[in-house]
Amino acid sequence: MIELEILGNKDTRSGFGEGLAELGRTNPDVVALCADLTGSLKMDAFQNEYPDRFYQVGIAEANMIGIAAGMTIGGKIPYTGTFANFSTGRVYDQIRQSVAYSQKNVKICASHAGLTLGEDGATHQILEDIGMMRMLPNMTVIVPADFNQTKQATIAIAQHQGPVYLRFGRPVMPIFIKPDAPFIIGKANIINEGSDVTIIACGHLVWKSIEALKILIEKGISAELVNMHTIKPLDEEAILKSVSKTRCVVTAEEHMINGGLGEAVAQVLSRKLPTPHEFVAVNDSFGESGTPMELMTKYGIDTKNIVEAVEKVVSRKS
Amino acid sequence: MQNLELEKIASQIRRDIVRMVSAVNSGHPGGSLGCADFLTFLYFEQMFHKPNNFTMDGKGEDLFFLSNGHISPVWYSSLARSGYFPLSELATFRKISSRLQGHPSTDKKVPGVRMASGSLGQGLSVAIGAALTKKLNKDKSIIYVLHGDGELQEGQIWEAAMYASANKVDNIIATIDFNGRQIDGDVEQVLSLGNLEAKWQAFGWEVLKMDGHNFDSIRKIMQRAQSLIGNGKPIVIIMKTEMGQGVDFMMGSHKWHGVAPNEEQLKLALNQLTETFGDY
Repeated sequence: MIELEILGNKDTRSGFGEGLAELGRTNPDVVALCADLTGSLKMDAFQNEYPDRFYQVGIAEANMIGIAAGMTIGGKIPYTGTFANFSTGRVYDQIRQSVAYSQKNVKICASHAGLTLGEDGATHQILEDIGMMRMLPNMTVIVPADFNQTKQATIAIAQHQGPVYLRFGRPVMPIFIKPDAPFIIGKANIINEGSDVTIIACGHLVWKSIEALKILIEKGISAELVNMHTIKPLDEEAILKSVSKTRCVVTAEEHMINGGLGEAVAQVLSRKLPTPHEFVAVNDSFGESGTPMELMTKYGIDTKNIVEAVEKVVSRKS
Repeated sequence: MQNLELEKIASQIRRDIVRMVSAVNSGHPGGSLGCADFLTFLYFEQMFHKPNNFTMDGKGEDLFFLSNGHISPVWYSSLARSGYFPLSELATFRKISSRLQGHPSTDKKVPGVRMASGSLGQGLSVAIGAALTKKLNKDKSIIYVLHGDGELQEGQIWEAAMYASANKVDNIIATIDFNGRQIDGDVEQVLSLGNLEAKWQAFGWEVLKMDGHNFDSIRKIMQRAQSLIGNGKPIVIIMKTEMGQGVDFMMGSHKWHGVAPNEEQLKLALNQLTETFGDY
């Protein structure tokens, strides 16, 4: 079992805020737009340092996406910020026509994704956003695992020409990725090498999977953990390499079972390497109010669920 | 440019429109014919633009966005006639693998088009974005955007309208094709726009009105609009037009919004439109 050093505890949205502020200093083409959630998205640092490149659009997300798309004409790199629900479901057609189809260099940055938004309840807990965004041609979808990786991703996407959906969240979680660890869009990181099962996770479920590793080792199961921070384009090579060794897989995500990481991985495996596969995801249901950790437990995306899924999938191996 | 010259160009563009839609038995001739004079004026007199050297960024150029993308025939013809791409390409409109999609798109890189449109209500936001970038780039050129009147029923238009005045986006001239018709009938019947002038004024815009089929009126108002650039307010022109203008049997109803003329109707239409610069 790999010994991971815990570097601190922070929310991934703060990683976004720090990354954006750094881009303010290093890339004069980066502009930021926000729909009345500057504090929640931690965009204040950018706003304070670069007020001329910050656009407060008010509670009007459709307009924000359109303005961002238009701003790319003339060379700007717009970062839009609002909650994940209002970044996707509310503005799907604006993203589809003005950003994805028009191939505009817009970075859609979405906070408070998934159940861990917590007490606000299901109206705000979008669990379909990864699915919607990965269905769009030309779209890159990134779900970083911790504060440091979110900061890295925020900075990296400025160098990537084309539309990006960057998804992060609200709760304070352990930081376990070093600030200088490699981050390449579309290249998964192996967090732990193992031989009995492959766990492929993204976002907050990477930490939950690390917790599961400790329990699994006591049960005598050696698990390989892949941090699949880029859902699209998916790192097929990393999946096939790991699964051809372990011959079974568990995917884990803070998303609906429909349309997310699990489905993306299943699509690869069913074509190229049919493999027993268990899904840790929300099972076709809306969320509700509660603390982030209560919700993860109730909706079956907790450490315990990963352990159970691993045991089940290992038993299915022929 | 002399009015007579503009009229000749507009007549040829109208011939292109009816021939294009008739050839594929689909497309939107009504609004296209209604905006032929306006786009002629924009592309042949008003805008500073570089048809032979199209760039997506269009730095230093005036930019035009078509928010009501379904009137693509009039736009494609205006672009081809002003030199963005070969006239012969108009024959590919709506055909498989053409750059000239039913609704404008950028993915096949058709010169002159900077944003996909078709799903209505998005173009004003896009135009505002392009105008903001012009300001950041210290680029003094102007952003033009055209909307249908029915399109104003979309909520995003009013989000954008509110934003532009609140933030003094004063390098943009929006025009409303006010023909009073939409697919299901008269705008007044489908969903009345009420007092449109008062609405735009209440949203903080400078409102001008013009006759979209009279080049003297168009020139006067476009010059007036240009003189208001930089005065702290966005500018909108309510342009009175007739859907189907130039072809008698297409005028006076919403029927020709999205219906193509058959061969016989095409002949009748072409008899009313003088061929001035040669058909494609």
